[in-house]
Amino acid sequence: MRRWTPYWLALPAWLWLAIFLVVPIAAMASVSLTTGNLIDGFAQTFSVSNYSDAIAKYSTQFLRSLLYGGIATVIMLVLGYPVAYWIAFKAGHRKSMFLFLLLLPFFVSFVLRTISWGFLLADDGILFGTLKGWGVLPEDFHVLATTVAVIGGLVYNFLPFMILPIYVALERVNPTVIEAAYDLYASRFATFRRVVLPLSLPGVFAGVLMTFVPATADPINAQVLGGTGNTMIGNIVQTEYLVNNNYPTASAISFTLMAVLLIGIFIYARALGTENVLEAAAR
Amino acid sequence: MRGGLGDRVLYIYTWLIIGWLSLPIAVMILFGFNDKQSKSNTSWQGFTFKWYHQLFAIDGLTTALVNSLLIALISTVLATVLGTLLGLAVGRYRFRGKGVTDFLIFAAISTPELVMGASLLSLFVSGNAPRGHITIIIAHTLFSLAFVVVTVRARVVGLDPSLEEAARDLGAGTWTTFRLVTLPSIMPGVAAGAMLAFALSIDDYVVTSFVNGSTQTFPLWIIGAVKVGIPPQVNVMGTLIFGIGVLLAVVNAVSARRKTTH
Repeated sequence: MRRWTPYWLALPAWLWLAIFLVVPIAAMASVSLTTGNLIDGFAQTFSVSNYSDAIAKYSTQFLRSLLYGGIATVIMLVLGYPVAYWIAFKAGHRKSMFLFLLLLPFFVSFVLRTISWGFLLADDGILFGTLKGWGVLPEDFHVLATTVAVIGGLVYNFLPFMILPIYVALERVNPTVIEAAYDLYASRFATFRRVVLPLSLPGVFAGVLMTFVPATADPINAQVLGGTGNTMIGNIVQTEYLVNNNYPTASAISFTLMAVLLIGIFIYARALGTENVLEAAAR
Repeated sequence: MRGGLGDRVLYIYTWLIIGWLSLPIAVMILFGFNDKQSKSNTSWQGFTFKWYHQLFAIDGLTTALVNSLLIALISTVLATVLGTLLGLAVGRYRFRGKGVTDFLIFAAISTPELVMGASLLSLFVSGNAPRGHITIIIAHTLFSLAFVVVTVRARVVGLDPSLEEAARDLGAGTWTTFRLVTLPSIMPGVAAGAMLAFALSIDDYVVTSFVNGSTQTFPLWIIGAVKVGIPPQVNVMGTLIFGIGVLLAVVNAVSARRKTTH
């Protein structure tokens, strides 16, 4: 009887994951290979034309999303690493307070946080309106509806997801290893570069994964902070699905997005070594 | 003495980042008190408590908030039950299909929200399922489930199996052992998973936007209102949710610290 216990425990969640995760993704793959429309119905033609059409039509938005996601990830890494480093090694008994302060934004809804940035960056808002009133900024100065606003919003929204995994990795670094480096006359910089940095790479890996994928696929920042010239692939999928009801094209775009991200992760994982991936995945 | 200047620069830098991360929260709270006259709520026009008194004056917004709370509650319960059972299975036992299960959990966490929402809509459209509360609850349970599994599994792995053996030796049945020994010791993991599930659900926009039909949730209503201008009531609700969340977290942390010091 006890032999069957794990199966009974796993069964309900298995069913949920199979019916609502595996089957839908398979269904999406099948829909992406159909032709037709909502009124006449869709026919399974196994035609890959949806893919070539979608890529041809939306290559700009695809590349833009990867570019924005990539730039935002690099900025997050540069901004976030020193914070993770300071909290892990220098914050002492106030570590948990600093971590709590970093997590404060998560007590406000993602959408509302992004809109709050819209408030702040508004052309006649409290920041730029005031500065324009003082004559510090020219009247036609604006940030809202530009690339800078969108990438800035992505960096703002996902930065804690970069800091936390790096912090966890740095926190695990054995202080005696660092002392050993100093005892062997390594300079502060050499110690960082040859001891601390390599040991924190699994955290960097996890941080990049946790930020690049959602930042690339995010539709909210582009919608709230961007203008018509900043449309990202997330917005396209939403429009094709929900406004145009063009399910075959929308499925093809979603599938391409997932494939591109998965291939990207795979190449990135190979470049960094598989153990790091397994370690990141195991967490 | 190592460090000195460099450390001080990093200290100030960390505070600057924290300040930057908190800035929009301050703006949100502040504009809930803005006595705005014009349609847009972007410039400061004086202090008022008006919006706190008229918190539930916008019917659509109130309904959306109630929907969000209800959906978060139900999907949290479902995800916690399913996730705890699966977390026990993968944390405790070796069984055929464990590798596939681990992969499924990883896939559920790493699939972009956009793809998850779009694929669920594909399923509901081909199954002719009407979209509304139920489809949103299904979707939220799906993406919360894996996070509950991860937090529970971490707790189960650290559990001493001899405790359960002792209970059985003392004549406790399977159910009694689970209720009196296993469940209390994995409870912190279950609670953390449940809190995470609730937070993920109440915050979700992307997945919900695909499967909601005509049902509005709090984040969806707000995005819909961006073009016409966000009413200050949204700021007030955001402020209250923020306040309650922070209060609960602080109380939780303080009581956890008390337990460890006594």
